[in-house]
Amino acid sequence: MRAALKESGLASLVMLALMALMVGVRIADVPGGLEIQWRYADVIAALVSVFFGRLGLILMREGRPMSMAVVGGVVSVVLLVLLVIAPISDAEPHWARAALPFSGYVVNVLLLIVLAALSLRAVAIMRRGPISAPSQASESVMDRISASVQEYSRYIVPFLLAAAILFPFTPLADRQMVDIAILVVTYVMLGWGLNIVVGLAGLLDLGYVAFYAVGAYAYALLATEMGLGFWLCLPFAGMMAALAGVILGFPVLRLRGDYLAIVTLGFGEMIRIILLNWYEVTNGPDGISGIPRPTFFGLPFVRSPAEGVESFHSFFGMTYAPIDRIIFLYYVILVMALITNQFTLRIRKLPVGRAWEALREDETASQSLGINPRNTKLTAFGIGAMFGGFAGSFFATRQGFISPESFTFIESAVILAIVVLGGMGSQIGVVLAAILLIGLPEIFRELQEFRMLAFGAAMVLIMIWRPRGLLAFRAPTIRLFGNGTGKR
Amino acid sequence: MLGTFEYFVDQTINGLTLGSIYALIAIGYTLVYGIIGMINFAHGEIFMIGAFHALIAFLVLGLIGITWIPLAILIVLIATMVLTSIYGWTLERVAYRPLRGSPRLAALITAIGMSIFLQNYVQLLQGARNKPMQQLFSGGIELMREGDYVVTLSYLQIFIFLLTITLMTVLTLIIHRTSLGRSQRACEQDRGMAALLGVNVDRTISLTFVMGAALAAVAGLIFLMNYGVIDFYIGFLAGIKAFTAAVLGGIGSVPGAMLGGFLIGLIEAYWSGYFTVEYKDVAAFSILVLVLIFRPTGLLGSPDIEKV
Repeated sequence: MRAALKESGLASLVMLALMALMVGVRIADVPGGLEIQWRYADVIAALVSVFFGRLGLILMREGRPMSMAVVGGVVSVVLLVLLVIAPISDAEPHWARAALPFSGYVVNVLLLIVLAALSLRAVAIMRRGPISAPSQASESVMDRISASVQEYSRYIVPFLLAAAILFPFTPLADRQMVDIAILVVTYVMLGWGLNIVVGLAGLLDLGYVAFYAVGAYAYALLATEMGLGFWLCLPFAGMMAALAGVILGFPVLRLRGDYLAIVTLGFGEMIRIILLNWYEVTNGPDGISGIPRPTFFGLPFVRSPAEGVESFHSFFGMTYAPIDRIIFLYYVILVMALITNQFTLRIRKLPVGRAWEALREDETASQSLGINPRNTKLTAFGIGAMFGGFAGSFFATRQGFISPESFTFIESAVILAIVVLGGMGSQIGVVLAAILLIGLPEIFRELQEFRMLAFGAAMVLIMIWRPRGLLAFRAPTIRLFGNGTGKR
Repeated sequence: MLGTFEYFVDQTINGLTLGSIYALIAIGYTLVYGIIGMINFAHGEIFMIGAFHALIAFLVLGLIGITWIPLAILIVLIATMVLTSIYGWTLERVAYRPLRGSPRLAALITAIGMSIFLQNYVQLLQGARNKPMQQLFSGGIELMREGDYVVTLSYLQIFIFLLTITLMTVLTLIIHRTSLGRSQRACEQDRGMAALLGVNVDRTISLTFVMGAALAAVAGLIFLMNYGVIDFYIGFLAGIKAFTAAVLGGIGSVPGAMLGGFLIGLIEAYWSGYFTVEYKDVAAFSILVLVLIFRPTGLLGSPDIEKV
């Protein structure tokens, strides 16, 4: 018991050190300088929660979950009641609000969730006895899920595809939802594009957003300066991005692993800084606006088109609806993403795809077998960048406005996170991770200020839980015997 | 003015001041990379947290009424180092230790996630606006004069150089003369063997993170005192450049990190002094690329022999 108390005390001591200045004091701007405000109520609440939480955990570990279940359960119920009352009660003084341990509402909700989970766990232990090695159990469950996802992918994929195609016609699809769907599919496409570089060729690229930016600027400049349309510019933007990929890839081919990651990050930042400072061409931080929208085989999506041009709705005899354009954009990006996916799946079976995977597994061995690592890596860089460029042009045409602000390092990190969290090389994993990381936070927009915080925490937690990614199950691309689908 | 020797000396002093910051952060990168072979991507945020700790500590001291500057700086220095190093310790314990032995990419993603988390954590708690702080002490020694152009070495800069040199000396002594340093060097060479011979590997790694974070905290304090303005985003760029410095010096080598830090600081100062300020970050990154292409092991690093 003494050891348990000591450990809990230490945990709260660490907590105190973490919070003493950072949480306990807030710097407030006042005219003429800075002022400080004390927030020690929150710190004390956190210390108490950590102390008793740690104590309960230790007791649970030692096979005495009773106290955790009872205390945790009672406190959770009280918290729940308070949390429900607090926003609706108008009574003065706000006793419910005052009784809540933390000043931030969301923090209280978080505490409730953790506490409820712990006490449920304690109850489970009481009923079934201690669960040995819980992490391994969940590990194997997820492994089984990812293996079966792989196995049944021939059924899951058409289902997902049908869901994606029919989505705009479901009652769910209002303007906001379709917008979110477009965003998610854009990231899915970027994830699939980056997967060629990271998943197949094993080149860790932290500057993928550079190619996204090149594609976006290539289209935006061509469209606004020369008046070319989206469909005409799209291949060109992809080519520009691929060229950028090859040029940037060339000097870094000798590097491996982490070094490559940092250098690509540097390149990404360099491109952003150049975009920011090259006023004559890119208009600097003000960006480029008035980028034309794509047309449906020459039919624009506007209510009253220019003289001599027929618009989409009048050609098909429909009434004008602003959402038509959004839905059209959704299908555009969906088709582009699917092309990326098919391209990846097929190029894996070509000699160059095989060479990528061979290089990823063992560079020295594949070199000694006659694979030219320079050309192989450059193709991976170039093709990956090309898809980034396509997605970039789409981004430009969807937004109608681009500026260097949209192409910061955080975007690269998000795309890489989607690839890695989904499970490297897994195409469905990318979809799952994009929905988790992009879609969910967009839906909970009210919690805007906590969005990136939760995003970072999710990256850490998922990696700790599944270091190889959510759906990490890699079927061999080729088998020596059999047709690849049969089981051994 | 631009071509004179005095201008050059001025830029050199600026570069060395900046270099002190980069060098102190770079040591943290190099120590961690040397011992567990991962890029602690969140190290820049530790530096940022150090700067915030320093600012808050100064404000609290001002409120209490401790205004005698040497005492205030001493207290702030100690408080910042202690509190920030606990962030370093927690970072390793919570985010990196569970992933030891996992694929390298997992550790890198976790580090990026931690970096995003810490940035937003500070932004939520302390607000997004930049925080100015007034100069603590002014004045300096006049070094040389050319017409109206005076080159001064301010007392603040003297303080920064002395502090940096002291810390580097202490660090070198710790690594070469103490049992902790011996454990660190043992873990760096072969972690498994060190564990077999009775080195507490977990503790050594934790303390390595603590040392790195303490130095980054001092860098934060220096940044705050020298530039007078901080915000929650300073860690990203400073972290990248410090990593560049560590790579330039040869990652894993502590003297290399110090040398690299000062070199990057000087390059940046000369670049902004003689060319354009806008592209100074590009200059730093170009150096990184050039070094990696022509001398991948850095200036003082030992070659990494690849075994098949």
